[in-house]
Amino acid sequence: MGKFKKNQGGDMPAISTASLPDIVFMLLFFFMVATVMRQNTLKIENNLPFADQVEKLDKKDLVMYIYAGKPSANYRNFGTESRIQLNDDFADVKDIAAFIAAERASKREELIPFLTTALKVDKDANMGLIGDIKQELRKVNALKINYTTKKGSVMSNN
Amino acid sequence: MAKRAAPEVNAGSMADIAFLLLIFFLVTTTIETDSGLNRKLPPIEDNVEPPIIKQKNIFTVLLNGKDQLLVEDEVMELKDLRKAATEFLDNGGDRTCDYCNGEKDPDSSDNPDKAVISLKNERETSYKMYIAVQNELVAAYNDLRNTRASALYGKSFVEMEANLNDVNWPGNKEKLKEQLEKIKLEYPQKLSEVQ
Repeated sequence: MGKFKKNQGGDMPAISTASLPDIVFMLLFFFMVATVMRQNTLKIENNLPFADQVEKLDKKDLVMYIYAGKPSANYRNFGTESRIQLNDDFADVKDIAAFIAAERASKREELIPFLTTALKVDKDANMGLIGDIKQELRKVNALKINYTTKKGSVMSNN
Repeated sequence: MAKRAAPEVNAGSMADIAFLLLIFFLVTTTIETDSGLNRKLPPIEDNVEPPIIKQKNIFTVLLNGKDQLLVEDEVMELKDLRKAATEFLDNGGDRTCDYCNGEKDPDSSDNPDKAVISLKNERETSYKMYIAVQNELVAAYNDLRNTRASALYGKSFVEMEANLNDVNWPGNKEKLKEQLEKIKLEYPQKLSEVQ
């Protein structure tokens, strides 16, 4: 009996934390690889609606983004009505044609028919603005569009 | 000359540094959404005679400024829209459509090729409601195509499309493309938007 007494009274050995950095590094590398830096700084609220019949947009370089929504808190001096944002600044409906032309000019010619316009629109925007955007896109013959949505049930929109 | 061993560098703070970086990347990460509903806008054509379509082949969906739905002159809830659209498309009233499972009601659409869904919204309609309606209508088409694809090829339409886009899929893509085209021809997506 006396032989084994020593271990019972002793305190627990400290858990080695030597592998902690390894674990943290693993997480770090995951996030470093998964991070995509935002292309545009948004000046509008952009809370996308939900839909469940979504298709994936592949070939990121063939997508032109048009944002729309209410100006965010820092830009309240532009009003509370939904507005369009192209690249890094607010824009008007009539600027869309020039924007599409510029985007097309920056791509190789054979890729132009495959360009898609992604509409990233806040869910509280109204359809009047979207209708204007669509009409403008039809005028410049940019007919492939994609309503960017989050994946989820449509019933959770309200 | 006594050769002294280089002193060990204390690596205890490495975890702290790694944590710092980790937290930075955690905070800056935004998961980009890159999926959505694909649609095609109609090209602008001047002086084109609108095609004559029988009233019974048009399924009118009206979305007013208060986000209320009027389907075929009746008020409808969003949750019932998918079923109503599916029934309309799959009706097959003129009995030429041998793959339709509908009721063959002569007062509803003739066949899926002639059936047109017409969506009209007002300027005040909210975007989220519009997307919800678009989603339900696309879902109606997808449901029908899935059923047809399962009956013909034992796979759902959505699954077949995913296979087509998958680079690592081992099967015959030419054949798959043909099969997809056939189903798309049987249930063509005819969704028109009124300006």
